[in-house]
Amino acid sequence: MSDEIKVKMTDVHKTFGKKVVLDGVTLEVKKGESLVIIGGSGTGKSVTIKCIQGLLTPDSGSIRVDGEEIVGLSAREMERINAQTGMLFQGAALFDSLNIWENVAFGLIQGKKMKRAEAKEIAIKKLAQVGLDADVGMLYPDEVSGGMKKRVGLARAIAADPELIFFDEPTTGLDPIMSDVINDLIRSCVKDLGATGITITHDMSSVRKIADKVAMLYKGKIIWYGDVAEIDRSGNPYVEQFINGRADGPIQMEIRG
Amino acid sequence: MNIFAPVGRVFLNFLRSVGRLTIFTVKSLSFCVRPPFYFRTLFSQMVEIGFYSLPVVALTTMFSGMVIALQSYSGLSSLSSEGVVASVVELTVTRELGPVLAALMVAGRVGAAMAAELGTMRVTEQIDALTTLSTNPFKYLVVPRILAGIVMLPILVLIGDVIGIYGGYLICIYKLDFNAVNYLRNTWNFMQAVDIVSGMTKAAVFGFIVTLMGCYNGFYSKGGAEGVGKATTNAVVASSILILISNYMLTELFFSK
Ligand SMILES: Nc1ncnc2c1ncn2[C@@H]1O[C@H](COP(=O)(O)OP(=O)(O)O)[C@@H](O)[C@H]1O
Ligand SMILES: [Mg+2]
Repeated sequence: MSDEIKVKMTDVHKTFGKKVVLDGVTLEVKKGESLVIIGGSGTGKSVTIKCIQGLLTPDSGSIRVDGEEIVGLSAREMERINAQTGMLFQGAALFDSLNIWENVAFGLIQGKKMKRAEAKEIAIKKLAQVGLDADVGMLYPDEVSGGMKKRVGLARAIAADPELIFFDEPTTGLDPIMSDVINDLIRSCVKDLGATGITITHDMSSVRKIADKVAMLYKGKIIWYGDVAEIDRSGNPYVEQFINGRADGPIQMEIRG
Repeated sequence: MNIFAPVGRVFLNFLRSVGRLTIFTVKSLSFCVRPPFYFRTLFSQMVEIGFYSLPVVALTTMFSGMVIALQSYSGLSSLSSEGVVASVVELTVTRELGPVLAALMVAGRVGAAMAAELGTMRVTEQIDALTTLSTNPFKYLVVPRILAGIVMLPILVLIGDVIGIYGGYLICIYKLDFNAVNYLRNTWNFMQAVDIVSGMTKAAVFGFIVTLMGCYNGFYSKGGAEGVGKATTNAVVASSILILISNYMLTELFFSK
């Protein structure tokens, strides 16, 4: 871990129509660090990382990746930034029309213009890294289970050896054992690559396993930020309510989103 | 509550959609001439649009040609000669029915499928995934479909024309007891270059409309399975209406003196 800043968000605002989702998010992640963003459903965790990837444009504020301002970059320039990032989507977002190794190799073939045979070799290696056999590569996404899809999504995210990887609710919808497997894989993949990781979750076991630093998002702002070791003695009533999963406390669930 | 508010809202929404569609159209067209080109997708879309639509297009044009032959014989019997029937069939099929029916069939078959496919990709975040894998979704998804539509519809229509005229021929020879050689000679003598040229031009424009509406509605669909269903319906309805309107305008352009 170095002192270099990988991602820095400053006072980022984002609204959809009248709905304020991000209301001045300020956050930084150091190179090689693993940041986990926690917060209830619909608090704008996915919106936050979509802004960093240029999938959504903030209304105001600054986002710097490796010191370069990315708000306002053209699609073509954003491609250059995205070439060194990977993303594991909440529902894996595998391409139905392609088989599994083609999914994993997609960024190499289409994005990096690698030869198919060469890309396939790397895809098979990455599949092995997430514990999947080479034969699985010939199956199609609708032929495998939810846990396997997540693994394939993970293999695809790390296929191009990214420097920055995003994980959007990697364990949601998985059984506890598979969740733990995925958490371990995320931990090892990020460490092996020496990459920076930004993970979204509301699963506390993921937090404890994956995080170096934790940030809690509530009502469009980061209301707590600190080391994962400090989370149990944060002294912040919002964080305490969240990690203990209590219904009563300062956080009032919005019944109508 | 102000009664003008809802009216204003509907109007603003309408303007917003028109603006978005315009930007989408300009973007798609400008990407059509800029690399990279995805030939694999282009080819598979050409096969999907051109080859797999052949049966429906063949059936519709065939029966339309037959109906026109019957109608023009019975309706115009006072002045009917073999020449009139042959020329009416040739004229209506090549100038109007061939392009319009083929386009409507392709709108129902291919336009709907495109909207459903892209819509599903949107709601399952596959379109976002493309971006994170350094692949421009416009170039990868939209451009090949639109190009395939523009190229394949004229070919489909050409085949449809032949089959439609053959349908008329069947009726004239086997039901109305015309002379086969005379019928073909009449058709050939009556046919003008402008019939074919206008039909092909219409077909290319319709191909653009169908694929554009399919892609546009799919690309911006939201709200899960229901949203995808809506996108599909909108794609078919919008392209059918636009086909009929632009058909009138193109006819005006080619044939009004
Ligand atoms: N593209 C969008 N258009 C409109 N509203 C959106 C869009 N994306 C997210 N939202 C809204 O923003 C809020 C936060 O969404 P999200 O970041 O996905 O929540 P989560 O924290 O569960 O990941 C939600 O209320 C959602 O409805
Ligand atoms: Mg989310």
